Amino acid sequence: MRTFAELMDTSDLPSPAVPKARDGGAALQARGLLVHLGGRRVVDDVSLVLRAGEWVALVGPNGAGKSTLLQLLSGLRVPEAGEVQLAGRPLAAWPLRQRAQALAWLAQQGEADGDIAVRDVVRLGRLPHQGLFGAPDAADEAAVSAAMADTECTAWEARRLNELSGGERQRVLLARVLAVQAGVLLLDEPTTHLDAPHQRTVLRCLAQRARSGAAVAVVLHDITQALAADRVLVMDGGRLVADGAPRDAALQAALVAVFDGAFSIEVVTAQGRPRWVAVPAL
Amino acid sequence: MKTAPLALAPAARPAAAALTPWGLAAALAAAAVVLLLLGLAAGAEGWSFAWGDDAALISAIRAPRTLGALLCGALLGLAGALAQGLFRNPLADPYLLGSAAGAGLGVVLVLAAGGLLGASMGLAAAGALMRLGLVGAAFTGALFGMTLTLVLARGAGRPLVLLLAGVVVGVLLTALADVVILLSPEALRGKQVFLLGSTSFLGWSSVVTLAATLALSLPLAVLLGRALDALVLGDDSAASLGLPLPRVRLALVLVMALATGSAVAQAGLVAFVGLVAPHLVRRAVVVRHGPLLGLSALAGGVLLLAADLAARSLLAPRELPVGVLTAVFGGSYLLWLLRRRMAS
Repeated sequence: MRTFAELMDTSDLPSPAVPKARDGGAALQARGLLVHLGGRRVVDDVSLVLRAGEWVALVGPNGAGKSTLLQLLSGLRVPEAGEVQLAGRPLAAWPLRQRAQALAWLAQQGEADGDIAVRDVVRLGRLPHQGLFGAPDAADEAAVSAAMADTECTAWEARRLNELSGGERQRVLLARVLAVQAGVLLLDEPTTHLDAPHQRTVLRCLAQRARSGAAVAVVLHDITQALAADRVLVMDGGRLVADGAPRDAALQAALVAVFDGAFSIEVVTAQGRPRWVAVPAL
Repeated sequence: MKTAPLALAPAARPAAAALTPWGLAAALAAAAVVLLLLGLAAGAEGWSFAWGDDAALISAIRAPRTLGALLCGALLGLAGALAQGLFRNPLADPYLLGSAAGAGLGVVLVLAAGGLLGASMGLAAAGALMRLGLVGAAFTGALFGMTLTLVLARGAGRPLVLLLAGVVVGVLLTALADVVILLSPEALRGKQVFLLGSTSFLGWSSVVTLAATLALSLPLAVLLGRALDALVLGDDSAASLGLPLPRVRLALVLVMALATGSAVAQAGLVAFVGLVAPHLVRRAVVVRHGPLLGLSALAGGVLLLAADLAARSLLAPRELPVGVLTAVFGGSYLLWLLRRRMAS
């Protein structure tokens, strides 16, 4: 007879260590993913690799299937065909809690709403480590403080979540994701609602996580921001139509084509390095 | 990973909250003690503090009734806080979700069945069976009513739709209970109690049942409170934290039905305590769901106890059904809430 606590717990017995993927190793790998929604192929035969130490931007027009793809990669949605592997092991084979320690997902803005305190929201990021019945230890609180410092939301840690502006809320939710300290970060439009300085804060922070070994995939709407990533994935009509470095001419051509020529991509030199920017074609 | 200096200091209190959770708990506990003492003194002929002279009266009637009101209110406050967290809906409440009406129907059905049994097997045996069956029937009825509401509203996502569906289910199940009462004179006694909500029939056996239910459901609920915190982020995000959501949710729904069912089985349809108690707590303090559940239970107990005292003394020697009082005050509160929601 199992106790109540055991029944509610998902940390299954022999713990396969949380993957500490090496730089360049495949942290997350997807093959032949397929999802239909309302008779439409929302994700159509998508295969990709996310490597440790790399931050990847996922872009595409509205309805291209970016959010659905991110849900598939995080295991929140099960594909009709294909498979996702986390550290070489199928997502479905991971115990829920260990998977949640290894992989963190940020929802598109909008769903979170409640009157608990900001710091308690960020503390939820430590749930995968503590389990439902565990108590936070010093390491947990340190991770929470670090995440709040990274997203610059320490100042209002005692305010209620539903008293914050959209931008403030977004930073708190991002801190919640960072507090997991997962090896794989999947974020759906983390820069929405943020002003320019805070968009910069978020992107720097994600790049820094990648530098320290995480595999980071971010859905972005701002093409210029996406072109600052290590690699860009372009989606259109459920398919992955391009995958390459920002400097890659084929990638740039695919980007312009997918967005119907709404912009051109130019190279400029900023901070002593070449950078690519999207210039609206007016 | 980046590390930061240790910061274990608790979050500073926000300006909005004038109280700490412990401060609020202490204030509520003090209020409960004062109200309990007043409850022992409030009789049909006004207030009497001559404990010695009234000892028999107090131990037979006033003490169980007063304690029972406190416990019933606590169960309703707990059920309301659970409903609001589970459905992420500030208007959720066992009364408004149809679960209280379902519990009431279950109770009336058992009373009617008990009447039929009593005719054939003697009243004493039937009475024992009924006591056992009442809580079970109320529990089942509460689950049934709530499920019906959720199906009708297609989930708990839209607060006003859920409210409307709950009201419809409530009317429907209450009407069904009325039919049962019409057909079975034995259930007639239940009519006044269960449709209006009353604390006047609470005896020691009720107190024991209520206390046992509270002792079971409150710790379970508090234990699962962090799952309610996680649900604040939305279902998908909560799932992404590795929580076994379907299991946790089922456990919480069962705890809520148990709390609602046993309160309704003893005191009938007491309206709005479950809605108001968590709201008052939330306005006073910024807390996670663990402490919120405990404080809501305490606040619910204090509210119903105060209402019970008022019901006994306002028109003394005559007595108001306590459900009428909570409906008037709670209904006004709901109106005010709705107005504020519409305005914002």
